[in-house]
Amino acid sequence: MLEKILTEENFSALDELLERYKGVPGPLMPLLQGAQDIFGAIPEEVQSYIAEKANIPLAEIYGVVTFYSQFRMVPRGDHVISVCLGTACYVKGSQNIMDKISQAMGIGIGETSSDGKFTLVGTRCIGACGLAPIVTVNDDVYGKVKESEILKILEKYK
Amino acid sequence: MDQKHSVLEMDYIRKQERIALKNCGLIDPERIEEYIRYDGYQALAKAILQLGPEGVIEEVEASGLRGRGGAGFPTGRKWRSGYLAKGNEKFIICNADEGDPGAFMDRSILEGDPHSVIEAMTIAAFAIGATKGFIYVRAEYPIAVKRLQIAIDQAHEMGFLGSDIFGSGFGFDIELRLGAGAFVCGEAKALIASIEGKRGMPTPKPPRTNDKGLWSKPTILNNVETFANIPPIIRNGAGWYAAIGSEKSKGTKVFALGGKINRTGLVEIPIGTPLREVIFDIGGGIPGGKKFKAVQTGGPSGGCIPTEHLDVKIDYESLQDIGSMMGSGGMIVMDEDNCMVDIARFFLEFSVEESCGKCTPCREGTKKMLGILEKITSGEGVMSDLDDLERLGQIIKDTSLCGLGKTAPNPVLSTLKYFRDEYEAHVKDKTCPAGVCKALLQYTITDKCIGCGICKTVCPVSCITGNKKEKHVIDPSACIRCGACQEACPVDAIIKR
Ligand SMILES: Cc1cc2nc3c(=O)[nH]c(=O)nc-3n(C[C@H](O)[C@H](O)[C@H](O)COP(=O)(O)O)c2cc1C
Ligand code: FES
Repeated sequence: MLEKILTEENFSALDELLERYKGVPGPLMPLLQGAQDIFGAIPEEVQSYIAEKANIPLAEIYGVVTFYSQFRMVPRGDHVISVCLGTACYVKGSQNIMDKISQAMGIGIGETSSDGKFTLVGTRCIGACGLAPIVTVNDDVYGKVKESEILKILEKYK
Repeated sequence: MDQKHSVLEMDYIRKQERIALKNCGLIDPERIEEYIRYDGYQALAKAILQLGPEGVIEEVEASGLRGRGGAGFPTGRKWRSGYLAKGNEKFIICNADEGDPGAFMDRSILEGDPHSVIEAMTIAAFAIGATKGFIYVRAEYPIAVKRLQIAIDQAHEMGFLGSDIFGSGFGFDIELRLGAGAFVCGEAKALIASIEGKRGMPTPKPPRTNDKGLWSKPTILNNVETFANIPPIIRNGAGWYAAIGSEKSKGTKVFALGGKINRTGLVEIPIGTPLREVIFDIGGGIPGGKKFKAVQTGGPSGGCIPTEHLDVKIDYESLQDIGSMMGSGGMIVMDEDNCMVDIARFFLEFSVEESCGKCTPCREGTKKMLGILEKITSGEGVMSDLDDLERLGQIIKDTSLCGLGKTAPNPVLSTLKYFRDEYEAHVKDKTCPAGVCKALLQYTITDKCIGCGICKTVCPVSCITGNKKEKHVIDPSACIRCGACQEACPVDAIIKR
């Protein structure tokens, strides 16, 4: 997996990003966000590259990467299924939907299927509580999802 | 005849008052011209050309506006301390981290009326003497990020941001910073640490951010909705604003109504409106003829409010008195099908996951509480667990470093107070009255059964037996309580208890 993302092209995009944040106070968060956009994750190799170029201790970078839930060190599958586990969705039964997908795909929360196709995640409220319960697949948002319909929805992405 | 009036006379509309949400849905948020047409940037002009910094602060103080981010600190007083703080460089920060799961007021303002926040931040900067501002937006709101950036660029083009605004010599600029999925970063000091590029952990107070905030410089931090109230206050005057609301808390508050309620969505009401009116008149009550059980306000920091307190008039103090809090404005309604023990567990789980781990009471204490709750929901609880929960909760509240730990026990303590019978049912009778806690449930087939056998085929563990056209039976010792049979039954003959 890693060889696929640690390409020369990606590193030169990272160089451009580093250049842009030279001299900006407090650059680490936007640097890491940008790096994750480029590589799809922030593996150790990328962290030490940033550490050296931006002159920030690697330990500090690692500390920040592991603190925030949106940063990840391994890339995700082709399709990301996220089930909202925010309050409004939970009250409307989103946990059952999560369980159903998890069972059908044989993967737990945060895991990627062995064929690299699907990653299942639980999200916090995405601010669409009026349509609870919410499931998103990549950028597609499904509202008022019924437990009985969810597998049919996912069929489209197989 | 009546029809002509009916829409405006609906309680849904009549009982609301739109100030913070005034422009949302009305103007095109990506066109500054529309914002200007609806009086936009007039408040900024009035502040700079007419009122001066002290005049602005006096107006905000007199308006009685209090912080909408949860704590309810008087905004005018905060600004005055920022004005008085010594320093050659000061900062304004807008807290757009909106972390309460089940709340989306700030999102609507950012997406529907981004200029109102930018105008207000510029007014605040002018008042305290800041030259640079940051908006810290949660990364889950990409549309808000995009529209804010468009709005900032447009404000620059029109000269409402940049150097020498309105030819006054005053200059101000705003930069966007994105969160990365940490609830605790909504806390002022953790947010500042995050902008500085550190792990978003809170630090002890004092010093207050007003004196030593971002890069140890004086920093004024306000919530999105707090800011959205500023332009109308400056435009219409403090007296106009102070006439709305309750005695101690002026103006309006936006709530995100959700859960088991007919009309979900945002409502903006004068502070002091009774809860009952919000839920039944504005929200249209509970769907499906079900019975109201509780309303949760304040998210993971708040509590569950039972029927007996429905007539309470919403404000910061009154909600705190009954064990909940105003919070940022999440309002989740629950009906008879929601288990209060499970809800308490849900919120606590959130706090456990989001605890930054810096202080022991919050890191270890909440985890211990969660363990006890899980024991109870899986049917292994004993009566002394309830006392342990109460004692632990109180200690965590008293000794935690920041607001996260200080409020994390609230969902448990409030449900223990008002719904103790539900806890006792889980512990003593090993049942979940609402039928939610899986370990305590039993699926049974009633006499409605037509013996079609569909349940038998869908059951993943083959624990259903019965001959065709005869009533089937579930073996409770083998049943894994997945609910597949109930969902598949064509005649709704399967019930869970
Ligand atoms: C754990 C925690 C999370 C918070 N999350 C938010 C938030 O998402 N948005 C917000 O405006 N305030 C949040 N606050 C409150 C802020 O610390 C701060 O009081 C507020 O932003 C100040 O602005 P205001 O005076 O305008 O309300 C949070 C506080 C704590 C302790
Ligand atoms: S709780 Fe799911 S969108 Fe808000």
